Amino acid sequence: MAFDSLTDFFAMGGHGVYVWAAWGATGLLLLALAIHARLEHRQAKQALRRRVRREQHQAARATVSSDEGRVHESQA
Amino acid sequence: MWAFIHKLGSPKWFYAISARLLPWFWVAALGLIVTGSVWGLAFAPADYQQGNSFRIIYVHVPAAFLAQSIFVGMAASGLVFMVWRIKIADMAAAMMAPLGASMTFVALFSGAVWGVPTWGTWWQWDARLTSMLILFFLYIGVIALRGAFASRDAGSRATSVLAMVGVINIPIIKYSVNWWYTLHQPASFTFTARPAMPAEMYLPLLTMVLGFYCFFIALTLTRTRTEILRRESSKRWVRQLVEESR
Repeated sequence: MAFDSLTDFFAMGGHGVYVWAAWGATGLLLLALAIHARLEHRQAKQALRRRVRREQHQAARATVSSDEGRVHESQA
Repeated sequence: MWAFIHKLGSPKWFYAISARLLPWFWVAALGLIVTGSVWGLAFAPADYQQGNSFRIIYVHVPAAFLAQSIFVGMAASGLVFMVWRIKIADMAAAMMAPLGASMTFVALFSGAVWGVPTWGTWWQWDARLTSMLILFFLYIGVIALRGAFASRDAGSRATSVLAMVGVINIPIIKYSVNWWYTLHQPASFTFTARPAMPAEMYLPLLTMVLGFYCFFIALTLTRTRTEILRRESSKRWVRQLVEESR
């Protein structure tokens, strides 16, 4: 340990402001980048899932309506 | 070799293999950065001249290393994309740029904060500082340029060219402290020479540098996977992927 007490550790021999400003900014930025990457991945997956589901619905509806069309044609 | 490159360039294969590597890189990044932080902040001895303000080195140097390595990585990806048209290289390059800009900002900010107690000034228009500021603007330029095109391919090509041209700045940054008389000290830490500081000071630094590199790999893999989901959303294997993982 390079420090005698916790107070000493935070004071950094009078350079606490500089040390903690540099470390704090770096830590926050890394954390924010990591969290952003995880959220971004989850959102991309959800968006894709919604799109796949919507297109499946549309495809299903399209087959139903074309079937109906065929029924009408056969009746005509 | 060619088969391997093309396999690596296949988004499907990349998505599968990166899923297996990813947790290890995240764990390594977290472990190394936490270890290096505790070591560097609390256990490394204070510098005999700078006192405790020298502990800024443990975020300043790794960030500056990454800032430059990421630009080289972007330029290399740009080359791979332009020559072999490998899409995944372009995706990775796009995902690297914001991290590179962030790391350049961290290097500049921590350097400025460090300069106040050690140099008596937070900024000086000297060769090292100025070339790092240029690197920051190059990153901003790369990010802005990509977004400035309606067609994605045009944006990718322009960005690749800018990265390949801008990479000239990297040797300028590296040798700026030797070519010009600067306030910034020459490198006190390299991978090739014996470090100019005692082991109890440079081992935490080495740990932090490795941790930052693992963080870069983990973040870039994660974000490239996300980009694959976005860009390849009409591919069958991508659609099956989200259906399976419900």
